[in-house]
Amino acid sequence: MRAASQVLEEHRVELSTLDREIGDGDHGENMNRGFGALVTALERDAPDSPGGVLKLAATTLISKVGGAAGPLYGTAFLRAATAVKDAAELDADLVAKALRAALDGVVARGKAELGDKTMVDALLPAVRAAEEAAGRGEDVPTLLKAAAEAAAEGADSTVLLVARKGRASYLGERSVGHLDPGARSTSLLLRTFADVASGVR
Amino acid sequence: MKKIINDPSTVVEESLRGMASAHPDLIRVQLDPAVVVRADAPVSRKVAIISGGGAGHEPMHGGFVGKGMLDAACPGHVFTSPTPDQVQAALAMTDGGVGALLIVKNYTGDVLNFETAAELAEADGVEVRTVVIDDDVAVTDSLYTAGRRGVGGTLLLEKIVGAAAERGVDLDGCEALARKVVAQVRSMGLALASGIVPHAGVPSFTLADDEIELGIGIHGEPGRRRVPLGTADEMVKSLLDPILEDLPFAEGDRVLLFTNSMGGTPLIELYLAHGIAERLLAERGVVVERRLVGPFVTSLEMQGMSLTLLKLDDELVDLWDAPVHTAALRWGV
Repeated sequence: MRAASQVLEEHRVELSTLDREIGDGDHGENMNRGFGALVTALERDAPDSPGGVLKLAATTLISKVGGAAGPLYGTAFLRAATAVKDAAELDADLVAKALRAALDGVVARGKAELGDKTMVDALLPAVRAAEEAAGRGEDVPTLLKAAAEAAAEGADSTVLLVARKGRASYLGERSVGHLDPGARSTSLLLRTFADVASGVR
Repeated sequence: MKKIINDPSTVVEESLRGMASAHPDLIRVQLDPAVVVRADAPVSRKVAIISGGGAGHEPMHGGFVGKGMLDAACPGHVFTSPTPDQVQAALAMTDGGVGALLIVKNYTGDVLNFETAAELAEADGVEVRTVVIDDDVAVTDSLYTAGRRGVGGTLLLEKIVGAAAERGVDLDGCEALARKVVAQVRSMGLALASGIVPHAGVPSFTLADDEIELGIGIHGEPGRRRVPLGTADEMVKSLLDPILEDLPFAEGDRVLLFTNSMGGTPLIELYLAHGIAERLLAERGVVVERRLVGPFVTSLEMQGMSLTLLKLDDELVDLWDAPVHTAALRWGV
């Protein structure tokens, strides 16, 4: 989570610029503020289980991010926390389960489908890749790497899509040619989790 | 960017502090989480009327908090919806024991955050109803977008439902009235020049010197199309026609006409435009019984205007005329 906060700080301007092109220009600010608050909360009182950290991430993001991203990422982390329950450590199966639960939460709240030019376009392929990796018996770093690569590809695919959800949807055809900022932040987060799991960060 | 600010990240907080010191008789302001609440809250046995949304639309919503209108407003960051903890705090500070009505403008973020807050409040045993306002006729394709946006009609909704709640109408009655207003109000706006979001530092969109965005949203969302700058007569007609066709408003209808500045258009132009709208409505046989003119639902310093028409009956006229005492609207007191 600390690494995620750092990455979002580094990409704050990029995400807000993407958002200004097809939204309202605040996605970078909002995500940076939310994850900054999460780091502060973790420093104050870090939960001792992965599920506890995910739940703290959920409540902090819901109350600090605002916009659509707050409830959507908050719900994602909350469902992931519920999926891993009180496991002391996460194996590949649990990580895949947590990602699937996160996706289901985002879809339930945001009602977006694949191809609507939203974070679902990054998260859904990532979940599929993670489940395939878990099925092959891969370890957690390999699974997260596969998920991150699928998410990056999924995020890139949003450039060609017409937005059908959120504020970008008012642009209609004019949204084509722009990367969706929510898909980009999802891809950045998964890349960071993969890097941390494999010891790169 | 030239603005009277210290730091983009503290604009909302500093502005709220200033607002609190300007209107100590009307409101109290809590900063974390941010809530503007009427000075005498909670009012016992009165339905609490609560709204909120991103900052940058002042005086909406904080300027509408007070007797006869809102019990509380939850301001988000600039153009960013408020968070559920703000709404929960507002519910707690205004709880008169007979439930609360949330008035939410139809934007993805606002709806998601208020929905989450309502779920949490219900778990705590507070009766909460939500009414979403979506009066912007500029959005024609509701199937493949997030739907019509809440714009100028929001003010009329908050005034009318606020008046009813002040008179002791119960939660069911307030909700039914709110749905009636939503069904009868339509708006559309246009922009000549973009506002500048403080933390962005650059205009949200760019228009050529001879170009306007017809159907603009209050966060600078695009409208129906970009068209060449016309005369005031042409611009007002281009807003009024789609509004009239949409409901539709018919000859003999009684209406409230709200001519709104997006922030950067001065009153001299706004009155000019209002006069044109009144004339065009008279030509159609639509009877303007009440009017409001001014910068009330703004988009920072955006140059532009919007028109809102609400179909009136005796009940709505009576509630519109009822006393209101807020920072932005005051009559009958």
